[in-house]
Amino acid sequence: MDLSSINPVLLVASIMVSATPILLAAIGEMVVEKSGVLNLGVEGMMITGAVVGFAIAVNTGAPGWGFLAAACASAALSLSFGVLTQFLLSNQVATGLGLTLVGLGLSSLIGKPYEGMKSPTLPKLDLGPLSDIPVLGRMLFSHDIMVYFALALVAGVWAFLKFTRAGLILRATGESHDSAHALGYKVVRIRLAAIAFGGACAGLGGAYLSLVRVPQWTEGMTAGAGWIALAIVVFASWRPWRVAVGAYLFGGVTVLQLNLQAAGANVPVALLSASPYIITILVLVVISARGHHGAPASLGRPFHATT
Amino acid sequence: MVDTLLSISGLTKAYPGVVANDAVSFDIAKGEIHALLGENGAGKSTLVKMIFGLVAPDKGSMTWDGAAFAPTKPSDARRAGVAMVFQHFSLFDALNVAENVALGMEDPPKPRDLARQIREVSETYGLPLDPFRTVGTLSAGERQRVEIIRCLLQEPRLLIMDEPTSVLTPQEVEILFETLRKLKSEGTSILYISHKLEEIRALCDEATILRRGQKVATCVPRETTAREMAEMMVGASFATPEAKPHVPGEVLLKVQDLSMPAPGAFGTPLRSISFEVRAGEVLGLGGVAGNGQDELLIALAGERPAPAGSLFLKGQDISAAGPVARRDAGLLSGPEERLGHAAAPDMSLVENGVLTAVRRQEMLRNGFISWGRARGFAEAVIERFDVRTPGPQTAARALSGGNLQKFVVGREISQDPDVLIINQPTWGVDAAAAAFIRQSLLDLASKGGAVVVISQDLDELMEVSDRFGALNEGRLSPIRPVSELDIEKIGLMMGGAHDMEVAHVAE
Amino acid sequence: MIRLEKRPQPSRLWTGLSPVLAVLLTMVFGGVLFAFLGANPFEAIRTIFWDPLFNTQFAGFTRPQLLVKAGPLILIAIGLSIGFRAGIWNIGAEGQYIMGAICGAAAGLAVYPASSFLILPMMILFGALGGWAWAMIPGILKTRFGTNEILVSLMLVYVAENILATASSGFLRNPEGRGFPGSRNFKEWDAAHNAELISGTGMHWGVLFAFLAVIGAYVLLTRHILGFNIRLTGEAPRAARFSGVNPARIVLFCLGISGALAGMAGLFEVAGPAGQISIDFNSGYGFTAIIVAFLGRLHPVGILLAGLLMALTYIGGELAQLMLGVPGASIQLFQGMLLFFLLGVDVFTNYRLRLGQRETA
Repeated sequence: MDLSSINPVLLVASIMVSATPILLAAIGEMVVEKSGVLNLGVEGMMITGAVVGFAIAVNTGAPGWGFLAAACASAALSLSFGVLTQFLLSNQVATGLGLTLVGLGLSSLIGKPYEGMKSPTLPKLDLGPLSDIPVLGRMLFSHDIMVYFALALVAGVWAFLKFTRAGLILRATGESHDSAHALGYKVVRIRLAAIAFGGACAGLGGAYLSLVRVPQWTEGMTAGAGWIALAIVVFASWRPWRVAVGAYLFGGVTVLQLNLQAAGANVPVALLSASPYIITILVLVVISARGHHGAPASLGRPFHATT
Repeated sequence: MVDTLLSISGLTKAYPGVVANDAVSFDIAKGEIHALLGENGAGKSTLVKMIFGLVAPDKGSMTWDGAAFAPTKPSDARRAGVAMVFQHFSLFDALNVAENVALGMEDPPKPRDLARQIREVSETYGLPLDPFRTVGTLSAGERQRVEIIRCLLQEPRLLIMDEPTSVLTPQEVEILFETLRKLKSEGTSILYISHKLEEIRALCDEATILRRGQKVATCVPRETTAREMAEMMVGASFATPEAKPHVPGEVLLKVQDLSMPAPGAFGTPLRSISFEVRAGEVLGLGGVAGNGQDELLIALAGERPAPAGSLFLKGQDISAAGPVARRDAGLLSGPEERLGHAAAPDMSLVENGVLTAVRRQEMLRNGFISWGRARGFAEAVIERFDVRTPGPQTAARALSGGNLQKFVVGREISQDPDVLIINQPTWGVDAAAAAFIRQSLLDLASKGGAVVVISQDLDELMEVSDRFGALNEGRLSPIRPVSELDIEKIGLMMGGAHDMEVAHVAE
Repeated sequence: MIRLEKRPQPSRLWTGLSPVLAVLLTMVFGGVLFAFLGANPFEAIRTIFWDPLFNTQFAGFTRPQLLVKAGPLILIAIGLSIGFRAGIWNIGAEGQYIMGAICGAAAGLAVYPASSFLILPMMILFGALGGWAWAMIPGILKTRFGTNEILVSLMLVYVAENILATASSGFLRNPEGRGFPGSRNFKEWDAAHNAELISGTGMHWGVLFAFLAVIGAYVLLTRHILGFNIRLTGEAPRAARFSGVNPARIVLFCLGISGALAGMAGLFEVAGPAGQISIDFNSGYGFTAIIVAFLGRLHPVGILLAGLLMALTYIGGELAQLMLGVPGASIQLFQGMLLFFLLGVDVFTNYRLRLGQRETA
């Protein structure tokens, strides 16, 4: 095999691109889980975002509109999960699975006419002198805006949860919905807002896949990215910066195995293509063996106000 | 003429099948400590929730300082100057003290200022507390302090306290009363909810007594005997359990130097616990909530295996045996939490009978359950323990707390255990059912069983136990005969006001 | 203002009624969807639900398909439902289905072209073992390290798909297949062929096993102490521990049985209707079975009916695609909608609606 064909500068650059969709979905899901809701439908919301974003971008010629539409569509879809789990008190695990199945069906229905098309993609930002720095400039400072937006979002979520009153209330709701209710907070409303935010983030992540990362629409193109985002939230012990670390690590694995495949590494291709999933499992095992503290205490528990 | 702060007139609230409050009226004066007295289910909680804006009344009205008062949400009530210390459900274990306090305030100051204010208030009122401790690591008494400070920071005009002393040692109760008297002297009114009569006599200026949703009497506690108040509260006489004289027999259960780590992040470890129980004897284990009661029950029931050589049943080492093997050997138990631990809420009483009695009552043939026998057993328990239920196929959660408790206790007693360990046998149960349950436990002992009653109700323990010990932070005090005890000694066994010192050190 | 009030007991009426209501709602909204896609909604619904069974022209051809499709769905869903009852969420049945198929087929092909009546039973056994082993991975990780079985079992689907790709173009490829991917065709090898048992019915060994699984699960859950412990673990985990149930054993049993059944279903599919290991022989039965399990209320008899209904939507969906030009993906959405409506109307089983004044807070 020929490892010299792997260019480290391009490698880092492509890791940033490949981590971004998962990072977007994972940071959104983390907020949802912080509020005490387990939404297993990330995959379904992501792929809906991917197809809607693609379709709108193709029709308007503007990827920006694509991202916006993807966020709105996935948020709307996530609210169906919200209504079922928060008002109709359905089981969160089952409903999340259902959301994934609905999303997969919906996306392939919408996407049929768009197969094989090319969409307009996001331009690379010109960060002026930063982009001109040798090596580092190409690695870190010559990406499209969503790469930086995703990182800014992590910072924003971190600051929101740590410093704002609304963030405190959100965390409190996830810790004990009964206590939050007793103090007069609107548990259901808070959770619906979190669910919609998570949906919008998953939609952006999906749209990033179909508009930038690939950039094409193919059926089932998320290929488990939504599930990996869920695993990253566990990996991160529900902390925003660790979500970013997890997403970048995962992006690294994905890009590396693709590069190894291209370099003709002496490893079975099936093993390489399966490696992101296998590594996710291994990471989950290590994290859970340590005993993952930090899960919100009310995570996944249904809330029904009795008073 | 005293100024009236809050006047309640004709408040009524009905839930399907039950009238929680029926035209309740009374006044609370400024600077008065007003007791609201009643049994579980008398309607105290509903009434308080209406004052605090959590529940809207069906009928009736309130005035606050002369003006109409109809809070539709807790923040309305808080803005008017009502603050409430809850019995349960209002703290967040994973958040720190300052965050918990901030969540209960309408308009909290910046974190640093808030921490300073918490320190100030806690010193002024003798309630030391570190604003940056995680609430999950606090003792029950300290947790209550968080709630009280949360209220005091809002400078309330009316402070509502719901059963505040159930989590305190006698010494801590005295400290709390000092705080409340100081508040009263500053003009704050207090609505004090309890069913503990002596406390009310010691603290309160006036008492309103509720029974089945209705106000049955008003009295001045200092001028009324506890017995008179009890009669007003209960409305009917009931048999007090009588212990039959007995000669203790052989040692049935021996616990020797039992130590176990805490089961979860916020649990209590057990630290070298030793005791013995003999046939025909009732051992009472007291202590403030959260000092290892649950953990001890789980260890004795076999849910977590104990280190070898720490548990002996009739001389046999059962430390490693699971719940099934321990039941086979004659050790049965009843956890505190009825729904979800002692019983499966959505399963029928027949199925809940199978839960612990499947082997002792021979309901199993080649692994297949004989539902006929299971039904027979459930019916027998229902009959013998007077469980009020439409039938044995009713789901456990459809029963009232008292009836389910009778079923759960009856399920274990009906299996004729050699040793029975029971945690909070009468928690949340009405007085008549409680008396019945206590009598059943005494009967079991008089037939030669060994009974361990874990309870936070000292009166109950004094009534049923032959010997008494107290749990404190996972340690067990020396065991003493009940006849030698007085309230002062019991308080010291429970750890006195120990966490006050701890809190001082923390500062 | 409408609000929900918890029923003291789950309503028996609604337990039975809610799937029917969910199906009706799906028909209504599905009709709207088809109208939106340019098909006559009434015709579309009739094509999906009625024609496969009763159309004089092609019912004779489509009716046997009902059992062919329902067999694996029921077999997998029965296994999943046992785990779901215990609160153990194996959602990687698709992976176990694939691995069962690969193991069973490999075991058979190892003795090709022998001829013995023992070959098919041996393949079934290896199919079950393959699925079981694949499900044991999340099982052991969960009991040993507390790893979330949902994520692990799902990740393993993608791993299994990669193994399937390797198998069909690599170690199981038909040496006489002129280099095309795909294994030997079991239809051409009598000893290993899971053939139709009664001609013209679609009934093969897998369907028979599915019926047996329904009966077995029913007896297990209603009569046996193990089934009781499984239900207890799902309804009240702390009460189960108090009762003396070993949670690890329940996890391993539930994952094991669902894996084994899914693996068997995979083997029956490759040795029968599909005929060979190929890169896309799996058609998502492992995921659809999740819908079947819920639609059947996690009850064996319910699952039997739900499996037949879901099979009908598959066949009817194909018909609608052919006759009305409705996109195939709309059927997937249709099935997802069915699950959503079911979860939604399920609320009436445990709660009742009250029209009343608004409660504060």
